[in-house]
Amino acid sequence: MATNDIRRTQLERVLKKHNYQESALLEILHSAQEIYGYLDRNLLMDIAGSLNLPPSHVYGVTTFYSFFKMKKPGQHIVTACLGTACYVKGVEQIVAAIEKEFNLKRGGSTADGKLSLLFTRCIGACAMAPAVVLDDQVIGKATKEIVIEKIKNVLEGTKDESV
Amino acid sequence: MTTNSTITLKIDGVQISVPEGTTILKAAKNNGILIPTLCDLEGLTPYGGCRLCLVEVTGSPKLFPACTTPANSGMEVTTNSERLKNYRKMAIQMLMSERVHICAVCVANDHCELQALANQLGVDHVAFERNFTREPIDSSHGFLVIDRNRCILCTRCIRVCDKIEGVHTLDLKKRSKNTEVIMDLDEFWGDSCSCTGCRKCAKVCPVGAIYIEGEAITQTKNRDVAEFITARRNRK
Repeated sequence: MATNDIRRTQLERVLKKHNYQESALLEILHSAQEIYGYLDRNLLMDIAGSLNLPPSHVYGVTTFYSFFKMKKPGQHIVTACLGTACYVKGVEQIVAAIEKEFNLKRGGSTADGKLSLLFTRCIGACAMAPAVVLDDQVIGKATKEIVIEKIKNVLEGTKDESV
Repeated sequence: MTTNSTITLKIDGVQISVPEGTTILKAAKNNGILIPTLCDLEGLTPYGGCRLCLVEVTGSPKLFPACTTPANSGMEVTTNSERLKNYRKMAIQMLMSERVHICAVCVANDHCELQALANQLGVDHVAFERNFTREPIDSSHGFLVIDRNRCILCTRCIRVCDKIEGVHTLDLKKRSKNTEVIMDLDEFWGDSCSCTGCRKCAKVCPVGAIYIEGEAITQTKNRDVAEFITARRNRK
């Protein structure tokens, strides 16, 4: 991690704001994820070093909360709701269709890093079950055809970032 | 913190006086009443995870873990009722079913606290479906080996590493049934940058999860090590 990285400067600001206190670990992890998008091992080691915390403790906290991501997420994120209503209404078939169509595994990303497939427990849209969230847009009463088409539309407008 | 005042309570009908702040477990132990424990270890911070030291306190429908509950004046504690016995048997069975606990092929056979407690409480079968985990064994360290399939997550190794050795190489990752003991950033033990190889984790492990390669288990296990060190640490 280069020290002249602008993101590192931002993180440093957050660390300073919390006065490098170990009790602020959670807030700092939150901010770090906001800045970097995900928390990789180097970053965790960096934070552990800045706060004088054992690396194992930082890792333990990070993996305890499902909110923290340790893998780089795709540019677009499709989140399927696994709440009771959506489950009963067949979100499972939609998920299977997405997996097959875009060749990715649940919880993972496509090889080109454009799309991630994640899960959540109930987004509070049970009346529109099954619900799938594509980036910030909720797709209610979803069918696999609609979802796949919308994902394709979004992906088409994406530039190739693999360079 | 302990003060000079003394309190009096009844444990199993016996009148007992202890300094204020003493836990029920210690009060009982000092007076010859043994409460079964797995995660608690003299010299380490109480954890209250194994739920084997649960006791009844007259006037409350709840059960209290003796290792973390401070004794109160006038308390009437029961440590060995039929109900507690059933709960303890259940707790042992749950621990046994959670991972792979097959004594016949375990390095700690006959020197295992889980096995000893199961014998003592008369657990002759496991009523739950067993969850045979298939975690790879990490023997990358020069002599320390961890078999996470045998781990009961008592966190003794973590506490001894943090409090006694002071490096906190070990910790827990994830949660619920996916919880595992990790070294640093979930590295192989051999790659751990902070482990000092002090062996105390192997000494205090109640089961055969952490052991020393090529060393007889009778030689490795020394569960009094934490008490021995803490008792002498604050010496002036």
